[in-house]
Formats: sequence, structure tokens, C-alpha cells
Amino acid sequence: MQSKMANSSKEITKSRIAWVIAFIFATFWLLVALVPFVFMILNSFRKQFDMLQQGPLHLPDPWYFDNYPEIIQKGFFGYFGRSVLIVSISLVLMLIIASFAAYPLSRMKFRLRNFLYAGIIAMMSIPMHVTLIPIFKMTNWMGLYDNKYSLIGPYVAFALPMSVFILTGFMMTIPREVEEAAVIDGCNKYNMFFRIIWPLSKSGLSTLAIYNGVSMWNEFAFANTFLHTASQKTLPLALGQFKGEFSMNMPMILSVLVLSALPMIILFIVFQDKLVKGMMAGAVKG
Amino acid sequence: MQKPNQLARVESRNTAVAAAVFLIPAIALIIVYMIYPIIDTFLTSQYSWNGISTDKLFIGLDNWKTLLHDQYFWAAFKHNVIVMIFSILLQIPIGMLLATFLDAGGRRLNIFKIIWFLPYLMSSVAIAFLFTYILATNGGLFSTIATLLKGKRTAVDLLGKSPQALYAVIGVMAWQFTPFYMVYFIAGYSNIPTSLYEAAVIDGANRRQYLFKVAIPMLGPIFKTACTMSMIGSLKYFDMIWNMTQGGPAGGTELMATYMYKLSFQQWKMGYGSAVAAGMFILITAIALLFQKIFVVKEDF
Repeated sequence: MQSKMANSSKEITKSRIAWVIAFIFATFWLLVALVPFVFMILNSFRKQFDMLQQGPLHLPDPWYFDNYPEIIQKGFFGYFGRSVLIVSISLVLMLIIASFAAYPLSRMKFRLRNFLYAGIIAMMSIPMHVTLIPIFKMTNWMGLYDNKYSLIGPYVAFALPMSVFILTGFMMTIPREVEEAAVIDGCNKYNMFFRIIWPLSKSGLSTLAIYNGVSMWNEFAFANTFLHTASQKTLPLALGQFKGEFSMNMPMILSVLVLSALPMIILFIVFQDKLVKGMMAGAVKG
Repeated sequence: MQKPNQLARVESRNTAVAAAVFLIPAIALIIVYMIYPIIDTFLTSQYSWNGISTDKLFIGLDNWKTLLHDQYFWAAFKHNVIVMIFSILLQIPIGMLLATFLDAGGRRLNIFKIIWFLPYLMSSVAIAFLFTYILATNGGLFSTIATLLKGKRTAVDLLGKSPQALYAVIGVMAWQFTPFYMVYFIAGYSNIPTSLYEAAVIDGANRRQYLFKVAIPMLGPIFKTACTMSMIGSLKYFDMIWNMTQGGPAGGTELMATYMYKLSFQQWKMGYGSAVAAGMFILITAIALLFQKIFVVKEDF
């Protein structure tokens, strides 16, 4: 009895030490994650030359709030609005097409099923750079060069494989009985999808919307290749555009950074669990 | 006897038609934007072409021969491999440690999770700009701290010289992607049935024994997926490097993707650019397949 107690108190000390070490590391990584954000926010409230004179870690003296109105005046919300437009159109199209495809793959038996499913999954790891030159050629040929709508096609196509994969897995979990009951009620395959399967897939669709929304919102390479004039550019390109205009004004650029990161951060704090779930869906099955 | 057979046939044909109707949009898009472009990249790689003019010269495998001896391409590939190794060595273990901490601590550590996740919400472009300033010699974070420590003006030039620049970029990538793997491993832990933990406790295991003997071995498949993703991700990495260093200084952070982009969309050598893109595709696929072959993780438990 005695030795057992001594043993367990030793265990407790050991576990306490483990926790202390863990906390030190955790706090260290907290700082690593946080300091760049502090740097970004603090310095966005400074005048151009104050940053170099006062050093980046000094509190702004005086606090300077005019960077934000100025970038808004210079068309920040134009970029922002275009991104919202393109991402929403692409997302809606992508979710419709992906769930269309997932439905027969998950709930019908037909000859090419396994082949098509494997083919779509294989597309998940295609690097976009292999497709960039041909898609650029296609965009030119369609007369869509320097037109923001040229992004919709590639955004939808590149989000499809992973989304079809996850939705197929999701739809497979809908019990057969639901379908059988609907068949008895005279539901055909098309009605079945719109009345039964789609409504039941809502939570899968919303996680996919968040996950793909973030990556479309941040997409750079296609946008940078297809868009040329400022009035067509999306938010990820705004940074380069502003840098061209205010070349050395770091605080100004930092305020652009703050404004463009803010929506994602707010979205994350609101939909935290959804986003994490969306990533998990990819993680567990991927 | 005839009738049910016929009915079944009609039924299966109906199914096939319905399946086709539902699948056509997705398949069409994948063919147009993925399969056809891959084929076209290989075809274009046989030409000398500036991307605009109709003057397209067939040169067969010449681009490929050039590629095999192109020291810039192979230097870029080497950088990709270095980035790949360090990505796997940094992002995945740190991500796993953070997830383990959160898993052991439960919901009261939620604030840690939120803050740790923040970097992943920034776009690669934004991160590139932010870290260009943080790593700058003038007004940057590291230079300021070094100046404070040494008591005199010190410039820490991380992006201006090779090979530091590549390692600085690797550090920034770790900052960006560790949260992703953290969430991955959180998912992995939460997928372990609680009954296993209870069984371990009944058998007299403490938290640490449970972690090392039960939980971590069960993360095997997740671990492998994470490595595969990190690998493919670092071999095709582009956005941040392009915005931060454009492959510089003097090619010190050039990656296959940035090299391809430069050739195709700055120097307008689309024929050779296509060969580089196709070469990149072949290398990535080969490495990914090799990895899948070598590391076979048992999926059952």
C-alpha cells in the first residue's frame, strides 16, 4: 500500500513536469503564431517613416488612422467585391456539380462506377502548374483573358475531385431505408436526389463550402496569370497592385494585409467547428 | 420468366442514364480543365513557341533534352527536395505536438487552438508580403531584435543571401502550414474511439502510456497521409515564394513551379515552359508513387 502511494505520487510529479514542459512549448508556439500578427496590426497604424524611426515593436506614436480610409478610397472594396462575386459563383456551381456527381457514385450501381470514381480521386493530386499554359491558351481563345469570370472554370474544376470524394463518402452514410421508402412512394431517381439526398447532405455541403471558399478566396496563380488590369483583379492581387502604387509605404501595405485577412479570421471564429470538421473530412478519408 | 428479366434490364438502363446525367457536368469540367490540359502540356513541350504568335516550330524532343541538362531546373528540383524534407520534419512533428497538447487538455485550451490556427487563415500572398517586412534588414523584426540584443545597429539579412534565404522561406512555410497538420492530428485523435481509452484505463494504463502505446500507433494512417500531402504540397509550392523572393537571390529559392512560371509568363518560352511543367508533373507523380510503395501502413488495428 505504502509503496503504491509513493509510486503514484511519483507519477503525479512526473506528469506535472510533463505539463510544465508542454506549457512552455505551447506558449512559445503561441508567440511564434501571434507575433507576426501583432507586427502587422501595430504597424498598420503608423505613418510611413515612423516605422523606421520608432522600430516595428514600439507602440505607434502617434496612432495614425488614415492608412485605412486611404486604401478604401483607392479601391480596396473593388477587389474585395470581385473576390466575393467570383468565389460565390464558383462555390455555388461547384457544390451543385459535385453533389450531382457524388449521387450516382454513392448510391447507384452501374458499370463504369469504380473506374470513374478512381479517376476523379486520382485528379486530387494534379499540380495546377501542369495545366496552367493550356488553360491560359484556352482562356485567350475564349476571349476571356483579363476578365475576372475566366477564373470560375478553373476554380470549380480544381475543387471538384476532393469535393466529389468527400460528398460520395458522406452520401454513402445515408441509410438505404430512406431511399426505399421514397421509391415506394413513387419517387424516381431525379426526384430522389432533389427531395431526399440533397437535403440530407446539407452539413457535408456547408463544410465543403467553407473549406473550398477559403482556398478560392486566397487563390493566386490562376488569377495572376489571367488578370491584367486593376479593375479585373481579385483580392490576392490587390496586394501587388497596392505595392506598385505605394512602393515603400510599409504601413499602408500592412493595412491592406489586415483588411484582407480580417474576413477569414472572423469567419473562422464564427464557424470554427465547421471549418475544422471540413478539414477533418478531408483528413480522415484522404 | 421473361418479364422480370426484361424489367431488370430496363431498370439497369434507366440507372445508367440517370448516372450519366448526373455525372456529365463534373466529368466534362475535369476533362476540359485537367485531363486535356495535361495532354496539351506534353504536346506543347515539343514546340518552340512564344505563346502568342502563330509561329510554332516543331522541335520534337529537343526541349526535353535541354531539360535533362538544365542546371537551373535541377537546382530548382534540389531546392524543392530540401523544402520537402524540412516541411515533413518541421510541420508534421510540431503539428502533432500541438494536437497532442490540445487533445490532452480538452476544451479549456480552445484559445490555444484558435491562436495556433490563425496563420493558416492568411493567404500565401499576404504571408509573403508580411514576412518580407518581418525579415527586412530595415525595420524588420529580426534586425530590430538583433539591434536591441547587441546594442548597436545590426542587420540580419535573411532573404538577401543564399543559402539562408531558402531556410528563411522554409521557416515561413512552417509558420503557415503547421496549423493545418495540427487540425489533421486533432481529427486523428478524435477518431480514436473513447472505448479504447476507457479500456486502457481499466487495464491500469496512465495518460502517458495510453498516449504512446495506444493513441500514437493508431495515428499511423493519418501520419502517412500527412506526409504525402506535405510532400506533394512542397513539390508544387509556388504562391508564397513568387511573392516573396521571385526565386531570388540569384536563384537561391528557385523552385520548379517558379522556374516554370518565369519561363512561360515572363520570358514567354511556352514550349520549354511546358516541358518544365511536364517534367515537374512526372517527378511529383513518381515521388508520390514511390512513397506510397515504400511506406505501407497497416490500416487495421
